[in-house]
Amino acid sequence: MKYVDEFRNGRIARQIAQIIASETQTGRYYRLMEFCGGHTHTLSRYGIADLLPANIRMIHGPGCPVCVLPIGWINLAIDLSLKKNVILCTYADTLRIPAAWSLSLSRIKAQGADIRVIYSVDNALEIARANPNCEVVFFAIGFETTTPPTAVAILQAAASNLNNFSVLCCHVLTPPAIQHILDAPDIRIDGVIGPGHVSTVIGLQAYEFCATQYQQPVVITGFEPLDIMQAILMLIRQINGQRAIVENEYTRAVTRAGNQKASELIKRVFEIRENFEWRGLGVLPNSAWQIRPSFAQYDAEQRFNLKYQPGVDHKGCECGAILRGLKHPRDCKLFARGCVPENPLGACMVSSEGACAAHYLYGRYRDV
Amino acid sequence: MYKSFDIDNGVVEMNHGGGGRAMRKLIDELFIYYLNNEWLAQGNDGAVVPSHRGNLVITTDAHVVSPLFFPGGDIGSLAVYGTVNDLAVMGAIPYYLAAGFIIEEGFPLAQLARIVESMAHAANRAQIKLVAGDTKIVERGKGDGLFITTTGCGFVAEGIHLSGDQARPGDVVLLSGAIGAHGLAILTQRDPSIFTAPIYSDSAPLNDLTSAMLMSGAELRLMRDPTRGGLAATLNEIAQQSHVGIFLNEESIPIPPEVNAACELLGIDPLNIANEGKLVAICAPNDAEKLLSIMRQHPLGQQAMIIGKVVTDENYFVRMQTLFGGQRMVDWLFGEQLPRIC
Repeated sequence: MKYVDEFRNGRIARQIAQIIASETQTGRYYRLMEFCGGHTHTLSRYGIADLLPANIRMIHGPGCPVCVLPIGWINLAIDLSLKKNVILCTYADTLRIPAAWSLSLSRIKAQGADIRVIYSVDNALEIARANPNCEVVFFAIGFETTTPPTAVAILQAAASNLNNFSVLCCHVLTPPAIQHILDAPDIRIDGVIGPGHVSTVIGLQAYEFCATQYQQPVVITGFEPLDIMQAILMLIRQINGQRAIVENEYTRAVTRAGNQKASELIKRVFEIRENFEWRGLGVLPNSAWQIRPSFAQYDAEQRFNLKYQPGVDHKGCECGAILRGLKHPRDCKLFARGCVPENPLGACMVSSEGACAAHYLYGRYRDV
Repeated sequence: MYKSFDIDNGVVEMNHGGGGRAMRKLIDELFIYYLNNEWLAQGNDGAVVPSHRGNLVITTDAHVVSPLFFPGGDIGSLAVYGTVNDLAVMGAIPYYLAAGFIIEEGFPLAQLARIVESMAHAANRAQIKLVAGDTKIVERGKGDGLFITTTGCGFVAEGIHLSGDQARPGDVVLLSGAIGAHGLAILTQRDPSIFTAPIYSDSAPLNDLTSAMLMSGAELRLMRDPTRGGLAATLNEIAQQSHVGIFLNEESIPIPPEVNAACELLGIDPLNIANEGKLVAICAPNDAEKLLSIMRQHPLGQQAMIIGKVVTDENYFVRMQTLFGGQRMVDWLFGEQLPRIC
């Protein structure tokens, strides 16, 4: 397949692997964090670990929107979907996130709640237009990649006087999460593989603080396996050369400034939330978006007078430590025992971008 | 013939299932018109059919595919091939088919006629006789157009014992052709706007191919058709049943470029996509090349490949050497089930 197979070429992969092996310094340990769940998935799916020398360790970061969404928000979405005349629209991944009392949106749906799985926020607008007597709520999750489309939907609803549509906004920001990881005294990393799709929106400039304030090498990269191999090589070279800059491997999609139109759309509709709870990372200041007061009627929190309450994770679940790169999925007592993709107990087992699900699906044979 | 029964513009009504004259008309003028044979013509409560040599094999399959029509097929042909192929991979020669139709009130008669005609063509192609049938009508909103169940009977020769628990370490895994087209033909119809070039279902009856494979004399352990859950689910089932591991080579698994492209767009793994008209065979290592060449001589096996081998593995894992050069597991499908593709 044109423009895809070229980035999955095994022969080139072996060549890069040889260069990586020859440039890594023996006796030195390289801890590289791929922030993004999409990269975690690629690493596992293509078995990239098999191509790397033993002294490179990939640490899976918290960049999986499903994984970092805490129970409290799922509880709110469940409460909303149980209200009379409410249709909750959501991306499929949120359905199986475990919430309080062993509930999930999927279980509530089976019991009769009107929950619709959509592929794009446009579908939620269509559902709202087709059901004028119902309240249609879009459960909006995701990083900077999915935030602009939500902004467009709210603007479209406002422009067309669509008055039965609102958004439960859980959009989060990437840089504060990276900063939290870099600030944590117990986490040691030598380089960061920065997200690809997010960076198409926010640009390289958003990561410059990593290099200047934290002397941390960063390489922004795409989601194909060769992208990741190349990014690893670029990080090794920065580390060996004691450089700390933001480099761009994903030049075919990412620019320094990012997508300014998308950023403007976000800022027109959203403002920074003072505090937002992340699963595994705790409450991070200035790390999420909320809907501006001028669009309050499209804000499900305002419209339904919702109050956020933190939830309690499953006892024994190590998602928190795994999301911060302190533990590997196999270190969790529940992994592959009580917690499996069909019945996830922790959020990292829900999405195939989650560290636990990716390891379960593609790599658990390595543990035995 | 159809004057009293407006096949072009009419719809199925509740009285078509009521046991009265309207039901008789539907059966005679639509079902028997297309499917007629000596057993259906008798109009008895059951068909008395001749027996054949060997052991009787019975299988049944319910078909709820949505949409009912898709490029390269429809629910009618699928209902025939699905059951024929389940018999074929058991090593049986399929002989008889029985079909149950659950039809929603308001279903267009013209569409029903197209589907029954398609079943007749499929049965003819697979050389199987549809000898018994039943029709039930459910109220509008209580069904989704049309569901069809088919039950098939065939006979397997004495001495043939193909079973999912027969794979042994060292055995060779063969695949009869390229995977993914059938499932994607249906999936991509859900939102045709994003797929400008349709993918055609390659569903087909496998009994002629399996006959050739059985006649080759190769030491076959088992055959299976990778339908729901795709190649990944089928190989995991075999590994579990036989208490073995399976090791695949991604490079040797034929996947058409359009399937790869659509999978990329939809974010799904071709190994998880349903097929109808493809089979996995596991045979003794010494017979693998012979079996492969027999398969390739058949029109439905031209792209057959040796895709891997059976290995010892106490966890019964299916693993794969990726094109990229690393290894990974090939697990059962998880996440959003791809709904109603068969």
